[in-house]
Formats: sequence, structure tokens, C-alpha cells
Amino acid sequence: MARYEVRFHGRGGQGAVTAAELLAEAAIEEGKYALAFPEYGAERRGAPVLAFTRIDDEPILEREPILEPNVVVVLDPSLTPDIYMRGLRPDGALVVNTKRGVDELRRAIAEAGFSPPRRLAVVDATDIALKALGAPIVNTAMLGALVRAVGVVSLETLVRVVHARFAERSRSLAEANVKAVREAYEATVVG
Amino acid sequence: MAARAEVVRERPPRGQERVSATGNYAAAYAARDADVDVVAVYPITPQVQIAEKLAEMIANGELDAEMIHVESEHSAMSAVIAAAATGARAFTATSSQGLELMHEMLWIAAGLRQPVVMAVATRALSAPINIWNDYTDVMSARDTGWIIIFSENVQEVYDNVVQAFRIAEHPDVLLPVMVALDGYILSHTVEPMYRIPQDEVLSYAPKRPRGYRPVLDPDRPVTMGVLAAPNWYYEIKRQQAEALRESKKVVREAGREFGKRFGRYYDLLEPFMLDDAEYVMVSMGATASLVKAAVKRLRREGVKVGAVKVRVYRPFPADELAEMLQHAKAVGVLDRAIAFGGPTEGPLFADVAVSLATRGVHVPMVSFVHGLGGRDIFVRDVVEMFRILADYARKGRSATTTIFFGVRE
Repeated sequence: MARYEVRFHGRGGQGAVTAAELLAEAAIEEGKYALAFPEYGAERRGAPVLAFTRIDDEPILEREPILEPNVVVVLDPSLTPDIYMRGLRPDGALVVNTKRGVDELRRAIAEAGFSPPRRLAVVDATDIALKALGAPIVNTAMLGALVRAVGVVSLETLVRVVHARFAERSRSLAEANVKAVREAYEATVVG
Repeated sequence: MAARAEVVRERPPRGQERVSATGNYAAAYAARDADVDVVAVYPITPQVQIAEKLAEMIANGELDAEMIHVESEHSAMSAVIAAAATGARAFTATSSQGLELMHEMLWIAAGLRQPVVMAVATRALSAPINIWNDYTDVMSARDTGWIIIFSENVQEVYDNVVQAFRIAEHPDVLLPVMVALDGYILSHTVEPMYRIPQDEVLSYAPKRPRGYRPVLDPDRPVTMGVLAAPNWYYEIKRQQAEALRESKKVVREAGREFGKRFGRYYDLLEPFMLDDAEYVMVSMGATASLVKAAVKRLRREGVKVGAVKVRVYRPFPADELAEMLQHAKAVGVLDRAIAFGGPTEGPLFADVAVSLATRGVHVPMVSFVHGLGGRDIFVRDVVEMFRILADYARKGRSATTTIFFGVRE
């Protein structure tokens, strides 16, 4: 695999920064090189947030924002294409937390004046997170959807990394997040 | 010459664990693996996670250290100076305004020859208030007598902090060491790094028996921080200047020995594709990664460019830099900081220019400033700087004013 770049769009509190970090950790766990970094503003709950993961087989020197990602992951259903479509490669993938279907999403993107990328994936991550975690923190569910859509890391590596991260706080939290990953992986529709 | 050797990277490190870490966590891991005795930290963005992680490690028993809760950075620095004066291994961390508030005590740490180690997650200075990365905070501490080491990536943050303890406490040095890591670009970026087993860190940077240097001890009283009248102050300062300049030897030896033991060699400077380079860009910290990426891009087009990373900023490796740059056709310096009212506004540029001029290397030089207050620097920006540098080389003259790259006029 050559250079692979992912951009996460969310709102403060949904865990976009953690999602970018967990994806990097999974890639690193698989022996690759990765950088995960946020676009920092003055963080506050609800504000639009960007986070990036850059993955490569070789050490990475390019410490610059990702302008043309291979994948865009949208954590918040209220974000619009004019926010998240910028720079997404035509041969890339878009993974969105939404109750809508793939065709409806494709139409919305076209109506906003963008060409939909080659691959679209949708999942109702909010519903999955509410059931698994009791809170609309969708980052781990969206990572499950990302792996289903593009498979940049293996599901089992992702599960291990997610478990390890949340086990620091509690075992039940770790298991709930793993459940969110697996359920989103199963529920994701790729078109 | 050893300084010309390319840095060896990624030799499989025996017994080292590959982990994911941010720069802030790497600094905390290194302090823990060096088994620090006293930590006094006042939290400030973007350094906060260093303080958090150390507090967590002390709370869960991973690190047996005294955490002194202080009400300001001035007190944090005072506390670690006092701790070091009793013979303890002392560590702190700060950023930006916190470093400014410590400023008075930075001079005291160096003047009292206390081997304090501090991580600085670099950040712009107010006003206007800005929490993002540049090196102006460290630049404004450059004359305080500290050894200052910049880190290019998360691995170097860890490795530099480990080396800092060996350097600071060396009986020929006994000076404080500051390890700079780019705010956000390193402090908050997750990357892979190798962690060294603690027993190997402590064998490399051993805790020396108490009393190998003068320490505060009720059984053997000494006085520290006394008045030095005009008949002694000058000699003491001269000794301090000499100690800092001479510390280069220990810094180099620490980098070599680190490489022998752990597979990653370090020197004062790091050359990159320099052998036949005509146009050379000098930079520091994580910015050096972008410069290397630009060099690789231009090399693919057949342009003979190279780079030098200044790893050890104080003491400044002037002789070594002049030797490295003697065959260059033009030298650019990329400063991520601003020195108001200087002959040029790039502080690193001033050091490079003096080093070359006093050592008989006369080539066109250009001072670039970019990336202030977290403004993104792209690889393509550095590529463009190389083109500007080549123009000056063709004209055969230096730029007399700093080029503020990419600024909106």
C-alpha cells in the first residue's frame, strides 16, 4: 500500500480526534507508519472538528494537512457536502453516518454540485452508538464502517486497538465500544 | 567526519517495544523511564498531556516521584531547581507564556548549574493570543544558558529527553537541558515510536550517587545562590559560557552512545542529501521533515538540493555547520519564529549567518520566515523557497531582508 489519507469530519464531543488516533494506532499495530493529527481550534462541544490520519509503508515526512484524502468519514449527519466533499479524490470513498440510503446520499452530493466518489458507504452510527454506549459518541462505530467500506486495516486489529484504548477507563466501556465497531461493520451498506 | 554521517534510522531495535504515542506522551514516558524523582508542572496548552500523563503514572504507581502542585510556571521552575539542588532528578514541562513566566528562573537554573530537564511544547507568544505552533517561545529563551535540543518527530522527543538526563547530569556539564517539541505537530500527533526498557534507559543515563556534585545536605552544608560582587561575577559567567560551549562534546558522545546501544544515532546537526547539494535549506524541529520532503521532491526533478537540520540549537554547532555548508552555492534558513528588529527577522538565520561569515564561508544567504502562530507550512511552500534561493544564487547575492513567505500583504 502506498500513501493513504483519511479525513474525519465531526462535531466537538463525537470523538473525531480519537477516531483518527485509533485508525493510526491500528495501522501502526499492523507494522505500518502513520500520523494522526487534529486540526485544532479552541475545542468546544458542538463545533465542527477535523482530524486526519495519514498511513504509509514508509516513514512519513509530510507533516501538512490532508487536502486530497482517499477517504472522508462524516461523523455528524447534520454536516453538508460543501463541508466534507472538499478535495475528496474521485476514486476515493465517502463514509457517512446517516439514516439515508446510498442512492439518496449520492443525489444529495450531486445536488450540492459535487461528483460523488467511486464508493459510498452509509450507516446509522448514531443509533448503534446510542444502543451500545448509551450516548451518541459515534467514533468507534464509524471506524467499523470505515473498515467495512475500504478495509485499510483489519477488523480484528481495529477491535484490539479500540478495546485497549477504552479498557484503560473500564472493561465495560471497552466492550461496549467493540460492540459498536462490530455492529456498524455489519450494518454498513456500501454502494 | 562523524557529523557528515547520515543518521541511521529504523535499525531493528533489540528489545524495544513499538508503540503509538503523541509527542506529549513520549516526553512523559521518557521522564518515567529515566525514573525522575521530582516533577513540578503547571499545565498550559499544548503541553497539558505531559503533566496529565505524569500525574497518572505517579497515581497508579508506575512512577515513584514527588509531584509538586504549583500555582505558576515561575514556581514550577523554582521547585525543580530546588529539587535538583538537593540531588534529585527533576523534570518539568511548559509552553509559550509559561516559558516566558519562567524566564527569570531559567537564568537561575543555568547560573546555579542545576541539571534540570524540561520539555517545551513550542507555541506562539501573545499578543494576540494564539495557542498554535511556532518557535518564538524557545527563541526568546535561547540566551539563558540552557542546552536546547529540537525534536523532529515523536521518536526524537523520547530519545532526546532520555539523552537530556545523561547530558545535564554529566559532571563536565551540569547545565539544564530543554527539549523542544513542536506544539500540536508533535505534541498532539500520534506516531509509532520505540520505547526502550527502563533498565536500559537507566544503564544509559544512570542516577549518580548523591554528592558527586555539590548538593544541599544538612550534614554537609553548602551555600548556593550567593551574591557575587564585581570581583567574581565576570569569572563565573565566563566559566558558564565555557561549560555550555564545551558541553558539545558530551552532547555528541551521548548521541553516539545512544546509537550504539539503541540503534538510533544522533549528532549536533543532521545532513540530508547534502553530498552534492548546491542549494541547502537549514531548519529545526518538525519543520525539518517538510524540508526533507521538499528536497526529495526536487531531487526527483534532478535539482541538486539538500538540507541541514539543526538538532542542537544551544550550544550552536557553528564549526560543524560551516564545514557542512562550505561547498553550497546558496544557503536558505527557514525560521518558524520572529526576532523583532534584528538585522533580519529570522533568529536561526542570524546564527547561521554569523557561523558562516566568521568561518570564511561566503555564499548567498536567504532568511525565510513561515508558519508563525500555527500557519500551515506545505511541502510545496518549501519547494518554492528553494526556487527563490536558486534565484539569489544566480544573482550572486544575499537577501538583505527576511522573506515572510506566504503572508497576506
